[in-house]
Amino acid sequence: MENEGQEQESEIVTEVNLKEDFQASGVADILAELDNSLIGLTPVKTRIKETASLLLVDKAREKLGLVNESPTLHMSFSGNPGTGKTTVALKMANLLFRLGYVRKGHLVTVTRDDLVGQYIGHTAPKTKEVLKKAMGGVLFIDEAYYLYRPENERDYGQEAIEILLQVMENNRDDLVVILAGYKDKMDKFFESNPGFRSRIAHHIEFPDYSNNELLEIAEVMVASMNYHFNKESKKAMAEYIKIRKKQPHFANARSIRNAIDRARLRQANRVFNNSKGPIGASFLSQIEDIDIRQSRVFSGGIDK
Amino acid sequence: MRVTQGTFSFLPDFTDQQIHEQVQYCIDNGWAVSIEYTDDPHPRNTYWEMWGHPMFDNPDAAAVVYELNECRKIYGSYYIRIIAFDSSPGWESIRLSFIVNRPPEEPGFKLSRTEVKGRNIQYSITPYSSDNPQGSRYK
Ligand SMILES: Nc1ncnc2c1ncn2[C@@H]1O[C@H](COP(=O)(O)OP(=O)(O)OP(=O)(O)O)[C@@H](O)[C@H]1O
Ligand SMILES: [Mg+2]
Repeated sequence: MENEGQEQESEIVTEVNLKEDFQASGVADILAELDNSLIGLTPVKTRIKETASLLLVDKAREKLGLVNESPTLHMSFSGNPGTGKTTVALKMANLLFRLGYVRKGHLVTVTRDDLVGQYIGHTAPKTKEVLKKAMGGVLFIDEAYYLYRPENERDYGQEAIEILLQVMENNRDDLVVILAGYKDKMDKFFESNPGFRSRIAHHIEFPDYSNNELLEIAEVMVASMNYHFNKESKKAMAEYIKIRKKQPHFANARSIRNAIDRARLRQANRVFNNSKGPIGASFLSQIEDIDIRQSRVFSGGIDK
Repeated sequence: MRVTQGTFSFLPDFTDQQIHEQVQYCIDNGWAVSIEYTDDPHPRNTYWEMWGHPMFDNPDAAAVVYELNECRKIYGSYYIRIIAFDSSPGWESIRLSFIVNRPPEEPGFKLSRTEVKGRNIQYSITPYSSDNPQGSRYK
């Protein structure tokens, strides 16, 4: 008899408490982490917060029996290289997991080569293997437009696209697909593949970082590796960013990461060559302006 | 006559949701899950045909339910079962096996008695469906 009473209670839901749901889901933690760990990206953060509220409200409506169809969650992330698309996708997978829209919350990252085969009959099993691995989580397809090669009539990419579209539609509860790539190429891709466009509910654009944001990112990266700039080296970094940004193959935050890796190498050399006795932690973690200014970028060369 | 083999076979047939939950239990235990099919329901027919590969690295059971439905598209009138293998003892041992699809009509088995030496009786059973050659037993 006791049990019966309990069952009744859980069956008839007439009220939900959004604040409580929000706290219990741990979504707040992820949004805070997103805010703190990523510099800039304000429009992206805003879109994600809006999406999170929408999904939270949707879940609540589902509990009250006001919706019975699961929302389309497939997304596209467009932006230049190194603007944080992969980083945000990881957080997105975790967010969707906390909100109860994917069962496991893992992220499977692939490109064309992981989906498309080399010969007839190779593509379908390959694509399906990847889709199965991503079920319960998020499938992130980087540079998605390479799947579509209109110049080659018999390209196997088309087969992968068809399977993807089918699963995106029929297995909406099983996985979320995020397509990523550069803005203009993505736009073209959606134009020629209306099937994808109509299945994607959320288009999120990643802007390039300003010089100040890049400098801030540099500081965050350096700190996370337990190094620090001083006044001069910070100034050198700011100048580096200014020059590097105008060079070819500039990849936003990734270029900063690479520059820092090289500065650490030079720092290590300098510390080693100059050390004559015991040295302390602060000396070992100090990046001097010389470590940055030795970069080819300052003498008219190009950093990769 | 309803064939009962493996676990759960005295229960009503599982829905896909129930299959999903059982398979998830297997995956969470680290077992490799396979799909097998046959049109020979003889209880001594131990080795069924395998559908695709055993599935090792799919964290979510939806992957198995997806393949099951692919298998049903072609072998919808066959027996299909799900098998979970545990390799942790150092060899592959079956932990769980249950039927997830059966022919719309199951004609059952013929029991034959043969009198042998000393008026002993030898019994054997034959599925009525196996009168037809493999591949044309269930419609
Ligand atoms: N806003 C940010 N704050 C701090 N670090 C960032 C930020 N954006 C990106 N990064 C760092 O920059 C690097 C590149 O980011 P990520 O791989 O996410 O870029 P991407 O947009 O996926 O690039 P690509 O298009 O080339 O794949 C990572 O190491 C990431 O941690
Ligand atoms: Mg990336």
